[in-house]
Amino acid sequence: MDALTALLSDFTVRTVMLGCALLGFTAGALGVFALLRRQSLLGDAISHAALPGVAIAFLLSGSRDPLVLVLGALASGWLGTLLVSAITRSTRLREDSALGIVLSVFFGVGLVILVIVNRLPTAGKAGLSTFLFGNASTMLTRDVWTICLLGLACLCCLALFWKEFKLISFDPQFAASTGLPERMLDTTLTTLIVLAIVIGLQAVGVVLMSALVVAPAAAARQFSDKLLNVVLLGGLFGALSGIGGAMLSASVEKLPTGPVIVVLASVLTLLAILLAPHRGLLPDWLRHLASRRRIETRRILQALYRLVESDPDPFRPHDPNALHAVGLKTARSTLAVMVDLGWVEYSGERGWVRLTAEGWEEARRSIGGELPA
Amino acid sequence: MDGVIPAIKVEDITVAYRENPVLWDVDLEVPPGVLMAIVGPNGAGKTTLLKSILGLVRPAAGRVFIKGEPLSRQRRLIGYVPQRSSVDWDFPTTALDVVMMGRYSELGWFRRPGRRERELAMQALERVGMTDFANRQISQLSGGQQQRVFLARALVQDSEIYFLDEPFAGVDVTTEKAIVAILKELRDRGRTLLVVHHDLSTLAEYFDWVLLLNVRAIAAGPVATTATPELLAMTYGGRSAYLMNQGGAEH
Repeated sequence: MDALTALLSDFTVRTVMLGCALLGFTAGALGVFALLRRQSLLGDAISHAALPGVAIAFLLSGSRDPLVLVLGALASGWLGTLLVSAITRSTRLREDSALGIVLSVFFGVGLVILVIVNRLPTAGKAGLSTFLFGNASTMLTRDVWTICLLGLACLCCLALFWKEFKLISFDPQFAASTGLPERMLDTTLTTLIVLAIVIGLQAVGVVLMSALVVAPAAAARQFSDKLLNVVLLGGLFGALSGIGGAMLSASVEKLPTGPVIVVLASVLTLLAILLAPHRGLLPDWLRHLASRRRIETRRILQALYRLVESDPDPFRPHDPNALHAVGLKTARSTLAVMVDLGWVEYSGERGWVRLTAEGWEEARRSIGGELPA
Repeated sequence: MDGVIPAIKVEDITVAYRENPVLWDVDLEVPPGVLMAIVGPNGAGKTTLLKSILGLVRPAAGRVFIKGEPLSRQRRLIGYVPQRSSVDWDFPTTALDVVMMGRYSELGWFRRPGRRERELAMQALERVGMTDFANRQISQLSGGQQQRVFLARALVQDSEIYFLDEPFAGVDVTTEKAIVAILKELRDRGRTLLVVHHDLSTLAEYFDWVLLLNVRAIAAGPVATTATPELLAMTYGGRSAYLMNQGGAEH
């Protein structure tokens, strides 16, 4: 606890955490739109494509001014996006191939320029390699200010064009038919996604940044069917991953921030995919089991009813194994459920079962019109 | 049609994807106040024609007039029901919310839908019999219910000219009848409707005008005089199961 207090009272750590929280929120919130518009892979291409932009911006300006580097990243991230759509439109290659080409070519070029930059005797080059895997501890106050400024600008833009962005994400054709400038809005939204990615590059790195766009959004989608909630939740998950990553990497020496942030976001997503109440795999599986059990109990009930139907004593006990003959699996647990419901009771020590009066009525009801009166 | 400005006028529309023409030199005049079907075989360009009229597909050549003016000045007169399969129904939103989208362009920039939009949307949902499903997530709706929601979104646009793309695709009979009743009601109130349709057996029952399309416009006019066996055979090239059955019945 003391360590935590010490960590939180450190001005640098607080600054870094604020920056990571905001870049996480922006990436998570805009990631929801990338997810819904099936642009998740585009996010990966954009972040890799941003690397040469960062390196070239540094080469040309000779400064590590965050705004300059972000502008460089923005420009080349954008160029990558344009290239993807140009390749898809004008060649017979599909989008996944176009994304793969742009991602690897830009990343390769970026690495080459990075090596060149690292050989230059210029001061201040040290921070540049952190753009690969990210290092939040290299963030200075001015970096955090840049993130805050651009992140808030993104979020404001999202709020201003909320209903338009929602409409073009759900039904772009309808949007265009009403006269909305669908192309322009599409471009704006993609630009916002590019911006959300590039402001996180220093802290998270080009290799992993797209995970911070996709993972919190995917986790958030598990919990709500309302776009606003999904976006806010995506932002929250992103921010939590950002803060957690910054704190962990600040307290453990030489732990890079980017991978930690991404691991946290991925754990959140994994939990959400498994456990979310309505869409989670586990609740889904449990519901499936419950419904199978319901059907099974019905079938056993009806089989017992048919066995004793013509019997003068309808409540005669039966060997559950006899039910195998009519093709029923009489799992002990299913019988136990039926005993709990009061439909059958055990009779004698051989584990035979018989219908109760209640079970008899229930069976009659559930068979309904199926039998002649 | 002399003296009456057609609701929709299409001049020499040609659309090509790569080197293949999808629509070739199509002319069409739709008089106001009719319920008109576009029929033709698969790949005839029915949806493409609808989209070119709406400006969603850029034609290689040709012009479109809505009530005598270019489309860009007449957007407000237009209502559109896209193919149901064209959107992702797992999108996180409710039926009511989708219907309210029909009011977005009327609302203008920066304004959020409020109580008035909500009321209009609820009225539209009531007309299509979907009041009880207003707050349902759209993926939980059946195909027929999704189609009704799309129709409600177009109704809330309160347009003069409606474009519907396969509104009966994958819906149950009850929904189909309900939709037809609403389309006829709109027609009776003087609205013009252009509907992509593919069931020749219901053509005469549902529609008063028809365009027979197979890349080229084969014929257009009142159903009774246009959907003749000869012209239908020309449109379908003898490939229609419906036509063959009709032919079989005659012999």
